[in-house]
Amino acid sequence: MDWVFLAELAINGALTGLLYSLFAIGLVLIYKASSVPNLAQGGLTMVGAYVVLALSHDAGLPLWLAIPLAAVIMFGLGFGIERVALRRLAGRPVIMILMLTLGLDIFLRGTTLAIWGGTSRSMELGVSYEPLFLGDLFISRIHLVGAGVAIALFVGFMVFFRSRTGIKLRAIADDYMASWSVGISVERGVGLSWALASVVAVAAGVIWGEIQGVDQALSLLLLKGLTVAVLGGLDSILGAVIAGIILGILENVGADFLDPLVGGGSRELIVAAVLILTVMIRPHGLFGRHEIERV
Amino acid sequence: MFFRLSGVHHANYVSDSRVFKIPADRNLAMFVFLFGLAAPFIVPSLYLNSYMLPWLIWTAAALGLNLVTGWAGQLHLGYAAVMAVGAYSAIHAVRFGIPWEFALIIGGLSSSVIGSLFAFAALRVKGLYLALTTLAMQFVMDWVLTHSPAITGGSHASLQSPTLALLGQEITSDAGYYYVAFGWCVLVTIFMLNLKRTGLGRALVAVREKDFAAAILGVNSFYYKILAFATSSFIAGVSGALLVATFFFLAAPEQFSVTVSIQVLAMVIVGGLGSIIGSYFGVALILLVPGVVNGLFSTASQSLGMQINVETLAHIPNAVYGALIVVILLIEPLGLGKLYGNIRDYLMVWPFDQLRK
Repeated sequence: MDWVFLAELAINGALTGLLYSLFAIGLVLIYKASSVPNLAQGGLTMVGAYVVLALSHDAGLPLWLAIPLAAVIMFGLGFGIERVALRRLAGRPVIMILMLTLGLDIFLRGTTLAIWGGTSRSMELGVSYEPLFLGDLFISRIHLVGAGVAIALFVGFMVFFRSRTGIKLRAIADDYMASWSVGISVERGVGLSWALASVVAVAAGVIWGEIQGVDQALSLLLLKGLTVAVLGGLDSILGAVIAGIILGILENVGADFLDPLVGGGSRELIVAAVLILTVMIRPHGLFGRHEIERV
Repeated sequence: MFFRLSGVHHANYVSDSRVFKIPADRNLAMFVFLFGLAAPFIVPSLYLNSYMLPWLIWTAAALGLNLVTGWAGQLHLGYAAVMAVGAYSAIHAVRFGIPWEFALIIGGLSSSVIGSLFAFAALRVKGLYLALTTLAMQFVMDWVLTHSPAITGGSHASLQSPTLALLGQEITSDAGYYYVAFGWCVLVTIFMLNLKRTGLGRALVAVREKDFAAAILGVNSFYYKILAFATSSFIAGVSGALLVATFFFLAAPEQFSVTVSIQVLAMVIVGGLGSIIGSYFGVALILLVPGVVNGLFSTASQSLGMQINVETLAHIPNAVYGALIVVILLIEPLGLGKLYGNIRDYLMVWPFDQLRK
C-alpha cells in the first residue's frame, strides 16, 4: 500500500466529509429545536442552488450579490414552510411529520424542476479546477473551499448559540415546555431554526452545485447527510462536523479497498452500513443526548 | 339518509364482533365487490388495465404495509425492497419450472424471510430511528439487486416475466389479468377486515399503543413484531410478483427503488393509518391524480393556445404528488379514511342526529 496515496484518499475524503457536514448542519439545526427529522433538506438544498442560479445566470446579478440575496429568499421560505405546514402538525406522531417532510421534499423537487427544467447546469463559481499540490498530495480546490465554508458555518453557529437568540434556541431544544413558561416564543424559535437551515441549504447547494452540477442529484445527498447527522448525534453541530469527517474518510478509503472486490459502487453501501450500525450500536450517536427510546 | 340508523348499538357480543357493524356497510361492500366482478364487461379495457389493475395490486401492497405501520405501529421505509424480493424469487422459481401457484407462495415466503430481517431493527429501536434504519436497508437491497447479475441481470437489465398460468390455464387476456389482481386484492382485504377481530390483530394494536403495557398483559411484543413484519412481507412479496406478472411484464431494479417505498408509505398515510377503505382511497389518489392533473394541464394549455415546456409538463405530476401529501396531512392527519368515516358517521344518524346528543 502506497502511504502517500492513502493519505491523499484520507485528506480528500475528510474534505468531502466536511461537505456532507455542511448539508447535515441544516438537519441538526431543525432537529435540535423541534425534534423534527427534516427529510426535505435535500429538496431545500436543490431549491437553494436553483435560486442562486436564477439570480446570477437568468437575472444577471453578480455572484457575490446573488448568493446573499438567495440566502434572504430562502430564509423567508424556511420561515414560511414552518408557519404553513410544520406548525399545524406539532405534537402529532413522528410518522406523520416524517411523511409531511417527505411530501415537502417531493413537492419542492417537482416544483423546482417544473420551473427550471431538469438539465444539469453549472454553477460557475470561478474556482479553478486545477488541483492543488501539497508536496506529493493533490487536493481539489473546490473541496477545500467547501470545507472552509463548512468550518466557517460551524464557527458561526457556535458564536450564534452564545448570543441572546441562540440561547433562546438552546433553551427550546432543552425543554420547550419550560421555555414557553418563561416567555420564550417557541414557535418563533422553531421557525428561525427552519429559516437558518434553509440558509445553510443555500451554502450546501452552491458548493455541491459547483462540484456535481445543479440538477436533481442534489437531493440525493439526503442519505449521506442523514447518516452524518445520526452518527454525530442528530442534535449536535460539533457532532455533525466530526461525523462528516469520519464518514468521508471511511467512504473514500473503504471504497478504495472494496471497489475491486465487489465491482464498484461500494460508497452507497458503506454509507448505508454506517447508518445501520450506528442505529443498532449507538443510536444517540457520538455526541447526542441519551434520550432515544430503546425497545 | 342512506343508513337510517340512530347510532351503532349492540345488544350482544355476536353483533359486536361482526365484520360489518351495520347492514349499510355490508351492502356497500357487496355492491363494490359485484361491481369489481362485472368491471371487465363495463369498463373499457384501456381503463381496466392501465388504471384499475395497478390500483388493485397497489392496494393489496398498501394494505400489507398498513398491517405493519398502521396496526403494529412500526415505521417501514423499505417496503419496495421486500416487494422486489418476492417479485424476483417468484420469477426465478417459474423460470426454474415451478408452477406459478407455488412460485407466488415461494415469492411470498422469501419476502417474509428478508422482511423479518427488517424486524430485527424494530426490536432495537423505534420511531424515527426505525424509519432511518429501514431506509438504509432499502438502499442496501437496491445495491444488492443492481450488483448481482445472477438475480437481476445487472444494473440496467430487466428480467422478462414468463407467461402467467394459474390452475393450468395460461392467462393472457386483459380480463384474465384483471381477475387475478382483483382476486388477490379481495383476499388481502378479507384478511385485513378479519384481522381486528382476531387475537393477532388485538395483540398488534396493543404493541402499537405501548409495548411495555402490552408486555404486562402477556403479549410478547418481540414475537408479534416479527410476526407483523413477516405477514406484511408475505403480502408484499406476492403483490410484487403479481405486479410484475400482470402489469409490468418485466422486472427491473428501478421498479422497486426507494422512491417506490416512499410512494407506498404515502399511499398508506394519505389513506389513513389502520384504515382499510382508506388504503383504497390513498392508492387511488397517489396513483391516479398526478396523471389526471397532467392530462388536465396539457389539454388546458392546448385549448388556450399556450406553449408549456415539455420538461415542465413532465415534472408537474411530481409537484402535484408532493402537494397532495402535504395538503391531505394538513387537512386531516388521519387521512382520507378518517374523512370518509366522518362523512359516514354524520350521514348515519343524519335526520336523527339529535338522538346522539
